[in-house]
Amino acid sequence: MPGLEKQRPRKLAMGLYDWFEHRLGLGKPAFEAAAHPVPASSASWWYVFGSAATVLFMLQIVTGILLALVYTPSASEAWHSLQFLNDKVALGWFLRALHGWGSDFMVAIVLIHMVQVFMFGAYKFPRELTWIIGVFLLILTLGMAFTGQVLRFDQDAYWGLGIGASIMSRVPIIGAPMVHLLLGAPIIGSATLSRFFTLHVFVIPGILLAGVALHVLMVLRLGINEWPMPGRIVRKSTYEAEYHKLNKKEGIAFVPDGAWKDAIFAAAIILAVMACAFFFGPFGPTGQPDPTIIQTAPKPDAPFLWLFAVLSLLPPSLETPIILIAPVIIIAAMLLLPLVAGEGEKHWARRPVAVLMVSVIAVSLGIFTRLGITTPWSPVMNAWSSDAIPTQYLHERTPLERQGALVFQNKQCRDCHEVGGQGGKRGPDLDSVATRLTEDQMVRQVLQGGGNMPAYGNALNPSETTALVAFLKTLRGNDLRPAQDASRALTGTNPPESTATGEERPSGQSHLSKEAPGKP
Amino acid sequence: MSEHESEQRTGNTRPEEKKISSNPLPASANDPRDIKDHSRRVFLFKVSLLVNGAVGVVLAVPILRYLLGPVIRKSDGYHAWITLGDVNDFPEGQTRLAKYRNPSTTPWDGQTADIPCWVRRVAGNKFQVFAINCAHLGCPVRWFSESKLFLCPCHGGAYYEDGERAAGPPERGLFEYKYRVAGAKLLINAGEIPTLSTPASSQSANFVPLDKVGCSSCQG
Repeated sequence: MPGLEKQRPRKLAMGLYDWFEHRLGLGKPAFEAAAHPVPASSASWWYVFGSAATVLFMLQIVTGILLALVYTPSASEAWHSLQFLNDKVALGWFLRALHGWGSDFMVAIVLIHMVQVFMFGAYKFPRELTWIIGVFLLILTLGMAFTGQVLRFDQDAYWGLGIGASIMSRVPIIGAPMVHLLLGAPIIGSATLSRFFTLHVFVIPGILLAGVALHVLMVLRLGINEWPMPGRIVRKSTYEAEYHKLNKKEGIAFVPDGAWKDAIFAAAIILAVMACAFFFGPFGPTGQPDPTIIQTAPKPDAPFLWLFAVLSLLPPSLETPIILIAPVIIIAAMLLLPLVAGEGEKHWARRPVAVLMVSVIAVSLGIFTRLGITTPWSPVMNAWSSDAIPTQYLHERTPLERQGALVFQNKQCRDCHEVGGQGGKRGPDLDSVATRLTEDQMVRQVLQGGGNMPAYGNALNPSETTALVAFLKTLRGNDLRPAQDASRALTGTNPPESTATGEERPSGQSHLSKEAPGKP
Repeated sequence: MSEHESEQRTGNTRPEEKKISSNPLPASANDPRDIKDHSRRVFLFKVSLLVNGAVGVVLAVPILRYLLGPVIRKSDGYHAWITLGDVNDFPEGQTRLAKYRNPSTTPWDGQTADIPCWVRRVAGNKFQVFAINCAHLGCPVRWFSESKLFLCPCHGGAYYEDGERAAGPPERGLFEYKYRVAGAKLLINAGEIPTLSTPASSQSANFVPLDKVGCSSCQG
């Protein structure tokens, strides 16, 4: 009898399942889809990123809904509600951290997934449309990252919106309507936050869900890309027959034979997000979104730091065309890729241009992101009042030279120029300026500016200029020879060392060093 | 053409074809009355599509008008003359930070509707009022009185004390508000975030005769 007793719950469960299955009819197709055959070669650790991105998306949905229980999408209250979440709601900080780190992980995994698909030639026939939808999913993911950063309605979010509006304003003819459409009002305010809330919570996730469903359905319908082999060429006429033959020969059931790696990796990724959230905590919020607090250096979140750097380094005259045209070209190139290169070699060893492109893009993004973190183009706003002048630069100096060191600090030269390893990096460091520029050149550079340096003619009186240049003349690195005016040496007049600082001799343009300071 | 296609899609309903073919249609379709009914239903279905299309268009009008509200509104409608403060709050030859409440605002805008700006009193009643937003990408510029420069923390734009571009990525000088002096008060025309395509002050604010001359001659 005990055997029968044991079987009863099992029978009950089966009966229940049958009752639902008879009405829903979802079980059979779901089991069939789960167990569909995949090439054994594709059950690889390289094929786990797509499912990991989907799992992270689910994590974002769940944590996002939980945050929405407390978050208040109002310009006057949003920042306070985040502080409340951080400090007053039990584990509110952890949920915020999960959502923030989950976002960074999702962007990273989606990018890795894309690189893997590109390197393995998976975008080729018949999976062109799967790639194209994937490109839109990437754009939507970045859209979620940006709108999410706006919802963290702090100083970075406020001024980030200002940057967004300024970029929109560069669109010819419809610039102003674009700004109004983005902000929802004439200024950044409640209307702006509300529409970014709508985008982040309703519009983009809705499209993203539908897009992910379509993307996954197409992977099921067309089959996962097989492991590429050098010399195995994709041809539209033969590929599908070859794929089915391969699948018949060495196919394994996706669940469980292939899926266990996806499941393990997904668990590892979620654990990694949890660890980052626990050890590093939530992102911000930074200062209040009060535009009258201008002591701030706004910066975007990690996924956009490279863009922040690019926007700083573009030459002014090229900036608008590049901002407006480059994204169109980049997105068009990604969308057209499978249509142009839908056939041919899949293996990376036979696609050197593809390998080179990925390497160059990855290194560039890395460099620009690093620059976005260090922002060498930004003046260090408090260097003039906080960084000390190295004592060896003041030892055994004349009163005039020491006065010059004061002028150097007071006129905030230090904000852009390093001395002794401290100060801004916007201009060149000045530890050995006197070996590069003659006195005349220094006077000219200070008063008239040039390169990327403003003119200080209006900010300095003659005695300040004299003192400043006297100080700068002492900065010769490790006692290197000072720069000399060749023409003066030739004529034998005014040997450079003895030139009186007040003596103004117009120095022709040709005397100027090619290495004028102030290059960006 | 489309009618022909749709007839084919709905299953070879033309009578002469039906007689010849071995007839995949349901048995009832053999009855000529049902075929009549069928074509009537197809027609009605097309009518229903048309009706829904029309309703959709009518529904789209208010939705689009609602969505494009901020765009359709005339840009000049955002601007108004706002008092920044007493003229004497701003010492001659100096540049000071001032702030105003944006004219179009809601209570739930909170602090975001408090907009700062830089006021430079050149001399007497001659002023320059600069927007806080860098002409490059809108970050808040800071005034450094010692070096007489406005510096931007984001991408390093620099401007001279008169707002002209000094260095860095901006293409132009700082955005300037139109101002006037009424009695002992300094007023500016403002109401919109200034960008390369949205003006700091209303373009039609020029009619105020006082701005053009900077007012030093007209105010006692």
